[in-house]
Amino acid sequence: MQSMVTSLMVRRLTARFFAWCLAGIAAIAGMPAQASDVAPTVLDAQQQRIDIMQRAASAAVAIFAGEAGGGSGVLISSAGYALTNFHVVQPAGVAMKCGLADGRLYDAVLVGLDPTGDVALVKLLGRDDFPFAEFANSDDVEVGDFCFAAGNPFLLATDFQPSISAGIVSGTRRYQFPAGTILEYADCLQVDAAINPGNSGGGLFDAQGRLIGVNGRASFEKRGRVNVGVGYAISANQLRNFLGLLKGGRLVDHATLGATVATSADGRVVVSDILESSDAWKRGLRYDDEIVSLAGRSVRTVNAFKNILGTLPAGWQVPLVYRRGGRREEIVVRLSSVHTAAELANIVEGKPKIPAGQPPMPPEHGGPGAPKEGGGPGKGGGPKEPEEQQRRAQLPEDVKAVYESRRGFTNYHFNTVERDRVARLIAADGLAAPLGPRWVLAGRLATGQAFRIELSDTEGVIDLPTGTTRVDATGELDINPSPPGSGGMLAALLVWRRLLREGPEPLGRTSYWGTAPLDPRSFGEAGEPRLVDMLESSVAGVEARFTVGNDGFVNGIELWTAPDVDPCVVRFTAAEPDRGQNLPKGIPAVIEVRHGDELFGEFQVEHAALETAANETGADGPAPEPQALPGGGT
Amino acid sequence: MIRRAIIAVVIGFLAGGAGDRGRVDAASPQETIAGAARKVVKIHGAGGVRGLEAYQTGILVSPTGHVVTVMSTVLDADELDCVLDDGRRYRASLLGVDPQRELAVLSIEAEELPAFTLAAPDPVPVGTRIFALSNLFGVAVGDERVSAQHGVVSAFVPLEARRGSYEVPYRGDVYILDCTTNNPGSPGGAVVDWRGRLIGMLGKELRASGSGIWLNYAIPAASLASGYADIISGTTSSDTESPSNEIMGPGFDPAALGLVLVPDLLDRTPPFIETVAADSPAARSGLRADDLVIAVGGRSVASRAAVQQALSSLAEGDAVRLSVVRGGAIVDCNLGPRPAAGRKR
Repeated sequence: MQSMVTSLMVRRLTARFFAWCLAGIAAIAGMPAQASDVAPTVLDAQQQRIDIMQRAASAAVAIFAGEAGGGSGVLISSAGYALTNFHVVQPAGVAMKCGLADGRLYDAVLVGLDPTGDVALVKLLGRDDFPFAEFANSDDVEVGDFCFAAGNPFLLATDFQPSISAGIVSGTRRYQFPAGTILEYADCLQVDAAINPGNSGGGLFDAQGRLIGVNGRASFEKRGRVNVGVGYAISANQLRNFLGLLKGGRLVDHATLGATVATSADGRVVVSDILESSDAWKRGLRYDDEIVSLAGRSVRTVNAFKNILGTLPAGWQVPLVYRRGGRREEIVVRLSSVHTAAELANIVEGKPKIPAGQPPMPPEHGGPGAPKEGGGPGKGGGPKEPEEQQRRAQLPEDVKAVYESRRGFTNYHFNTVERDRVARLIAADGLAAPLGPRWVLAGRLATGQAFRIELSDTEGVIDLPTGTTRVDATGELDINPSPPGSGGMLAALLVWRRLLREGPEPLGRTSYWGTAPLDPRSFGEAGEPRLVDMLESSVAGVEARFTVGNDGFVNGIELWTAPDVDPCVVRFTAAEPDRGQNLPKGIPAVIEVRHGDELFGEFQVEHAALETAANETGADGPAPEPQALPGGGT
Repeated sequence: MIRRAIIAVVIGFLAGGAGDRGRVDAASPQETIAGAARKVVKIHGAGGVRGLEAYQTGILVSPTGHVVTVMSTVLDADELDCVLDDGRRYRASLLGVDPQRELAVLSIEAEELPAFTLAAPDPVPVGTRIFALSNLFGVAVGDERVSAQHGVVSAFVPLEARRGSYEVPYRGDVYILDCTTNNPGSPGGAVVDWRGRLIGMLGKELRASGSGIWLNYAIPAASLASGYADIISGTTSSDTESPSNEIMGPGFDPAALGLVLVPDLLDRTPPFIETVAADSPAARSGLRADDLVIAVGGRSVASRAAVQQALSSLAEGDAVRLSVVRGGAIVDCNLGPRPAAGRKR
């Protein structure tokens, strides 16, 4: 049930607020107060602006963290998901009260945290029709663009009506050093709209009222911690990159290439240090290589490199172009985590440093008063059990229902929500008939030679021109990364078959990973890379990640037989019935298998025979011959 | 298409708000800012210690690399760099300074640069909408564009300001801006109107004498133009003035005139008078402690060393005339004939 403080249901007409605002502007600008003197086009433009600001104001969240202060947030979905800053919710813990411009107070629960990026995702409870702001493509934002912030500066919004401050975009793609904290602001937007304490976490909007960023940081120097005309907002595109992970209730980490860069004497950005354990090293990057581009964006300064990296979650794969001795190389690298899970947990467990009753300050630009994050090195992992139980007991009932504590997660409840959503997607795309126990896929390699794959509960078998390989499906899968050179193709296909047949729950410990680009090489092309859901399973000694399209088609698998080896990467291409590729739903027309830098094989599936549950009893009989189906386009 | 519509809406509103019913130039605010930013440079020099920033801003005023900026400790550096909007970095040399207006002109060896036209226009009216472009907080490095802020000219009034406890010598008219420009790194930034024309330059970080609040102000373009002209025409004297230059011949000790200047600590120590001996030629001429010497015999001097050199270059018996700044006004003082040089320094 939604708890509402009726005494705070102050319903004030927002129009009155805006009329007042405009009267003020008119007075300042020396504009005649009589509407009749003003050209209709100007009045229309003003009205349009009022409407846009009013709409944005309806999505603005006033966050109250009790004694610890509060800040701002912005709703991004009708279900009640709202973005804010990590430093706003940190003192509040799992539950908080959020006021909206409708004058009502809502309970909210913490969903996901990105402490490094200073981002938090919360969910307001009690409605499924919240007003929300739409994302803009923040890469299109230009210096000089009109913008405005809607938030709760100085916690003025006791009646939940947000304050609007307008300005222009002063700079784009700014890099702000962590400055005594771990809160790194990369690729952020700089604005001259007033950003004051309490504005933290609130939305920054473009002239159309679309979300271009989340305000979170300001340069406060020499003016007693108020606006100096320099505010910084986390870009909408960075937020979108992390949103999937945050929705999965995770404690999200930022990425490192495992290499540092520096500017060379002649002004190039070159690798100054690199870990030999990094994926970048394994893919061939070396000292003194010149970085040309990362994730599709050109790198001309060290700041540009940090800006790009700072917007990407750990675990993503991105293209990297480098130059060595005039030769240009393009590789795809997997980004690793900046922090260990324990480090992140310690940061989040850090006790509130903000004095009671004060709105949290946006982190200062290099100032001495910036909140210091991070527990001491001696601090243990999670909270003690009784402490945890006590904390839980204090939660409001409706928050308790949507909160589950688990190590490495901010709120595991939301991971199960997302995992089940993806499972339903896969099931919806599932095969026409219930899947039987023995699958046979046959077809040709790119060389024209035949192959045959058989998958069952007991074993995986692949017939290749080079011979036949078997994997025992009942034991641990990590001991046999077969066929040789594939990194574990049979294991990957066996795990895939079980996901499709049984769903994520029986498969093993399966969680929602978040979202990642469907094709890492699509960075830098028109528009943002298409992000798709990923599931992560720990089963029979292997780690597997499944990429699932919005249509429920499993696009690919990455399978690790050991933590520090290259995974077996399997990509599935869906059949196109228009081109005569008639395969059962969910079964790909092409299976591409890569390991490390090598393409192991491209398998064109021409026939698939999946025993249905009906003839499952006959599984002991002779293996059914694959039914001849019209061949695919080879 | 949509973007254009929004720009039109914003321009429409802002133009209406400014009371400017005429047509606004075809250039969008974004284009105006981008165009003006190409004529603004990031200056990196001395500092980085004890709260002194090692960076500020400058504006290009000639296609051949003349940069106008504020006179500050940032310029007291052997390695002074200007970084252009496109990321090109040049070593800059200091052509000269105008100690009264606290302006400096730098030179970089480059050609065909985008530059502002320095003219002496009438002051823009109060209410004029402006953009301020500066290297505030040093957030822009390399090819990153300087920060753009928007605001309005609030007033055009004589500057009454102080830095610490020092009254600022300049008392000319300045634009007071409704725009939070008073930030580290901002000094030397360009203030342009919505057509991109230079109307002023952000001055040093100063507080209002009366209230003590940080002033958001700009030195008007006309003042920049005359300061620039003065510095360029006085190039010869400034060129010879180099801290490393040994003063040739017997040095002259100003103490012989009853004049004690502040200790020569910096490369370009401002030539403030420390004390004036009672009943000396200096005292009789009306000089006082804390006066800032700006000229000797009508030739501008920018530093403690330059005063020393100018006095030494006079012959014994030549009339010693000093121009000083006191309380915002220039005061000429005649100290009579120069005595013979004392002991060799």
